[in-house]
Amino acid sequence: MGLTGYLIVSTLLFAIGAFGFLARRNAILMLICIELMLNAVNLSLVAFNAFRPAGETAGAIFALMIMAVAAAEATVGLALVIAIIRTRQTPEVDEYADLKE
Amino acid sequence: MLAVGVVGGGLAVVTLRNIIHSAIAMMVCFGSLAGMYLLLGAGIVAAAQVLIYLGAISVLILFAIMLTQAGDANIPAPFHRQAWFAALLAIVTAGLVIWTVVSTDWGTELQAVAVVLDQLATVLFTDYALPFEIISFLLLAAIIGAIFLARRPEEDERAN
Repeated sequence: MGLTGYLIVSTLLFAIGAFGFLARRNAILMLICIELMLNAVNLSLVAFNAFRPAGETAGAIFALMIMAVAAAEATVGLALVIAIIRTRQTPEVDEYADLKE
Repeated sequence: MLAVGVVGGGLAVVTLRNIIHSAIAMMVCFGSLAGMYLLLGAGIVAAAQVLIYLGAISVLILFAIMLTQAGDANIPAPFHRQAWFAALLAIVTAGLVIWTVVSTDWGTELQAVAVVLDQLATVLFTDYALPFEIISFLLLAAIIGAIFLARRPEEDERAN
């Protein structure tokens, strides 16, 4: 599988994550879909890095940094979701519509 | 094979009705991605993927699911009304990007080159030292923020 194959897999994973983020109603599942999208970007970065002509490492380093940021994002996101579920007693994002008022 | 694991796992995440099954499918997806990183010669990224995603984030998400599930694990309608629009948007995006990827000439050099580990370590602590420090600060801020957000209000009053 060449670079094109990896990029296609990455694109499909990103599209699946975007679809899930827009379509699912559970707040935790929306966070999982964000993780899917971040992983898709990571895969494309590592694939681009591997098919560089010289022994470059920038792509791998960017992937590692994205992982660290994703860990921080997951921590804060899940803490927010747990806090809002505790006050609203439901993980369904439709029920949070009155937050916009 | 690994691509089937990644894409199938991703599809299972967004389509399965029970959210615990979705989390398991997410772990399958992330494990297959770690295999892909190994195939691409980025062993350190594969190790970090297993440690951070399979180890930490999956367990964190499973904990969050189990803390918030109140008996009714099976939600009758998992999708929004806007699901068709979202599917259309995702398919159009994927189609456009795949068309771009396929129609672009990526050059003749199509052989995967492995990442040299000591070179990566040297670059990480010289050229990328500032982003490294910023990441560590961000993680510290995230820890403090998560503790503050997830704390129960009554503990707040007891502390004062």
